[in-house]
Amino acid sequence: MAAKDDPKLVLYSYWQSSCSWRVRLALNLKGISYEYKAVNLLKGEQFTPEFEKLNPLHFVPVLVDGDVVISDSYAILMYLEEKYPQRPLLPSNPQHKALNLQVASIVSSSIQPLHMLSTLKYLEEKVGPQEQLLFAETNVEKGFHALEKLLKDIVGKYATGDEVHMADVFMAPQIAMATKRFKIDMSKFPSLSRIYESLKALPEFLESSPEEQPDAVM
Amino acid sequence: MVHQHEHEQAQQQNKLKLYSYWRSSCSFRIRIALNLKGLDYEYIPVNLLKGEQFSPEFQKLNPIGYVPVLVDGDVVVSDSFAIFMYLEEKYPQIPLLPSDLAKKALNIQAANIVSSSIQPLQNLAVLKYIEEKVSPEEKVPWAKFHIEKGFGALEKLLKDHAGKYAIGDEVAMADAFLAPQILAGIQRFNVDMAKFPLLTRLNEAYSELPEFQKAIPENQPDAPSA
Repeated sequence: MAAKDDPKLVLYSYWQSSCSWRVRLALNLKGISYEYKAVNLLKGEQFTPEFEKLNPLHFVPVLVDGDVVISDSYAILMYLEEKYPQRPLLPSNPQHKALNLQVASIVSSSIQPLHMLSTLKYLEEKVGPQEQLLFAETNVEKGFHALEKLLKDIVGKYATGDEVHMADVFMAPQIAMATKRFKIDMSKFPSLSRIYESLKALPEFLESSPEEQPDAVM
Repeated sequence: MVHQHEHEQAQQQNKLKLYSYWRSSCSFRIRIALNLKGLDYEYIPVNLLKGEQFSPEFQKLNPIGYVPVLVDGDVVVSDSFAIFMYLEEKYPQIPLLPSDLAKKALNIQAANIVSSSIQPLQNLAVLKYIEEKVSPEEKVPWAKFHIEKGFGALEKLLKDHAGKYAIGDEVAMADAFLAPQILAGIQRFNVDMAKFPLLTRLNEAYSELPEFQKAIPENQPDAPSA
């Protein structure tokens, strides 16, 4: 375990970014300490020359590990899995490993992009504010129905059994956002609800939540 | 003769199976990967326009109804990213990810720009929504906008890393994800490739690779004949 007082990892993050949340959660689960550097997306801090050098795409999260700079939450998580194999987030069984990666893809490709701010803003111009909200909610529900189907026969305390894995890391922030921002009726998704209740009880999850971050504005 | 037939049957059962739709760019990625790795596979078409993804047989394999799906004996893997990583681990002989962790991460990042920032915003379901809620004429401009935004990001990301291919001089994961998206952008969505010189050059490089050409939509068994 890394020394608590000497973190060598730096994470550029925004408190409300669900992609940043995934990485914060993974770092906590693996017991890796890190320095938190806030990037205020509302104030445009992602466009500063300093941040642009780190990530020319202006997205958070960005992980800096010595000389290595990595952007994109999925790429960061796969890097962490390989570089810091303690508390593995991917099971060794190939079928279960693949399932975790599939769940992560469903969240990061089929759900999150369809409700991220830039998509909704563009959509609002074309179809109006009510319709864009409906679009977001419909796609979240569609994705949740898919996850529910996928996981219902394998779910344990967590998504793919009784250990926290990659699927949980991606789903936790997504479910939190669905309940807080989109008022999704989670009673339709019993497996996801059960997973979320288990995750909410973990200190690692609570410590990674937006409200607990140094840049949280309450 | 009997023994040969049984041997062939056994070979067929042990062969990889890929459930694919000719035009699905996600399926295209995996067709490329299988070809690059020299892996033989049985092509099983799933006609998305006819709703074959909702058949009971296919739902058993993938309850979400997406292609591609890979079947390797007892193991069933869905989602192009998950399938890619499965193939990398199970069949490591022709690696499609560099061992250097930073370069590996770059490949995954480039692949995810395609699979998270571009493709989901121009897939069939979303285009149908745009057609219904806005107008049929808005479909292509909508797709073009998101593809060009993603292509701009890729140009920036790859500019300091590209060699003969996307990252360095060896074909890797980034290329398998990029190639289908670039072709879709050019052939279906009027993307102005003059704005993307690096992607244009990569597209030309891909057109010279037989593994990529064998994988293109028009060359698949379920492509409509000309």
